[in-house]
Amino acid sequence: MSNWLMAGLLFTPLALATVSLLLGFRQGRALSWLGMLLQLLVSVGLWWLVRHEGGFYYTLAGWDAPLGIELRVDGLVVTFLLLTTLVASGCGIHAGFYLEPDRPWQRYFWPLYWFLWAGLNTVWMGGDLFNLYVGLELITLSAVGLVALGGQAEALRAALRYLLAALLGSLAYLLGVALVYGQFGTLSLADVAGQVRVSEHALLMRPALVLMLVGLALKTALFPLHGWLPPAHGIAKSPVSALLSALVVKASFYIAARVWLEAGVAVASQWMAQLLGVLGAVAIIWGSWLALCQPRLKQVVAYSSVAQIGYLFLLFPLTFGVEASVSLHAQQGITLQVISHALAKAAMFLAAGNLILAVGSNRVEALAGVSHFLPFSLFSFGLAGVSLMGLPPSGGFAAKWMLLQASMASGQWWWIMVLAGGGLLSAAYVFRIYKASFLERDEQDHFYHPDRRLEVAAMLLALASLGVGVSGSQVLSVMAMPFEEVQ
Amino acid sequence: MSTPLLYALTGAVLWGIGLMGLIGLRHLLRKLLALNLIGSATFLILVGLAQHHNGPDPVPQALVLTGIVVSIAATALGVVLIRRYFHLTGRTELESEVPEAGRDEEGHSG
Repeated sequence: MSNWLMAGLLFTPLALATVSLLLGFRQGRALSWLGMLLQLLVSVGLWWLVRHEGGFYYTLAGWDAPLGIELRVDGLVVTFLLLTTLVASGCGIHAGFYLEPDRPWQRYFWPLYWFLWAGLNTVWMGGDLFNLYVGLELITLSAVGLVALGGQAEALRAALRYLLAALLGSLAYLLGVALVYGQFGTLSLADVAGQVRVSEHALLMRPALVLMLVGLALKTALFPLHGWLPPAHGIAKSPVSALLSALVVKASFYIAARVWLEAGVAVASQWMAQLLGVLGAVAIIWGSWLALCQPRLKQVVAYSSVAQIGYLFLLFPLTFGVEASVSLHAQQGITLQVISHALAKAAMFLAAGNLILAVGSNRVEALAGVSHFLPFSLFSFGLAGVSLMGLPPSGGFAAKWMLLQASMASGQWWWIMVLAGGGLLSAAYVFRIYKASFLERDEQDHFYHPDRRLEVAAMLLALASLGVGVSGSQVLSVMAMPFEEVQ
Repeated sequence: MSTPLLYALTGAVLWGIGLMGLIGLRHLLRKLLALNLIGSATFLILVGLAQHHNGPDPVPQALVLTGIVVSIAATALGVVLIRRYFHLTGRTELESEVPEAGRDEEGHSG
């Protein structure tokens, strides 16, 4: 059965990408509905399999490492696959009705969308460092294509900046991988982790770790390497921005976290962990502050991503040199943060796209009076905002609460101030949008009404991000599903 | 100095030159070429450094082949974007006219 599930997860997105390249936008859309349904069935099937039989290593086509591609399937991977299915389907459905089918370039949306999905699935399951690089590049190239799709000069400029930054990040990561291979002669992350623990003089491992983390931080847009993110996410079409903010930046963070937890902690030092945490903290405060100052709606949401990504980097100090139980708590908190941010930010970008469609301008002041006309989308925006602020009962609250507990248990009280300050600032920028949309202005009472289905997609994702908070322990139980350490 | 170390150091120097080019140069094609140089430097280190396990190791050579394919794809995408950007704006640099479009980490410092 696992053969079929793996084929479903890795092969079908690539096949759909290739086939939809030959089709027009409408046929591609019909094909993509089927593909989304298939991805849903396959990822739920994998969840069922892992739950009953435990996680496993899967060697593609029966070729063992080092030449073959090793895939690792465990509870965390299943969590991310389910999350990807949910968010990417939401964004895909939104895109299906949001993009104008008659523009000739729109037919390239579906191939890029499926290549992106294939890359994401590869990264979640990748067990060897080089394969992760290939998955990361597949994601980068399709994401850059999506940003540039049908865009004018401004979009191309943002896409080019994104491409240059992301390629530099990937190459820094690859250099780190080269050093790891030179040191240990293996690419399997599990083997590297095993060898790091026993070998006394892993001379190259520390520079390799630094290079990989710097490269991945650039791709995840950690402060001060975040300059490429707001233009790219702000200028892209709304469903594309949602995909990029919700899933693409998480892929590089996921690799950084896996490398750190499995092999990095053994060779890292306290100052590296604290430095990453401090950069994350600065990102939270600075990103939220800039979000508050932006004149354009989508830039507000994009800078809010910079801030929310900052929280993820608290993983590094909270898992270094602390007790195992505290480290586990921090890991669970970060996983919840990834999930709830992915859902909330996707919902927020989709809702912002609907609002912009309704008022015909992307300026925050132009929203005046929209609350009467588009209460549904504005409500989705607010629900997503609740999760970003970290108010109960949202997923963001559960995540930040666990991070708070981990900070206290490890005696690193300084992160608590950052968590509180970041929450207040995010409340400020969400309420700023609300204030603008509740203002009455006489001259404009003519609004375009977007398709209902666009509003439903945003609403469902916003509700899901609240649901993560209500059912936090069930979500975490998927992550903790058993893994058999047999090969 | 042993041969693997020589390859690795050459690669490191090339990486440095490429990085300086990427940050310092303004023309987009030059930036793309600088990235290609960084890529080649990485491949050199990948193949060169792994030689100390009893002669040449085939695995990194297979990896580099894949890496070259990836870098050709990335270069092609970059060239297409640059060409289209040039057609639309007549410019070959990234300078932003809109101040809120964000600071760029690779543009203004050089």
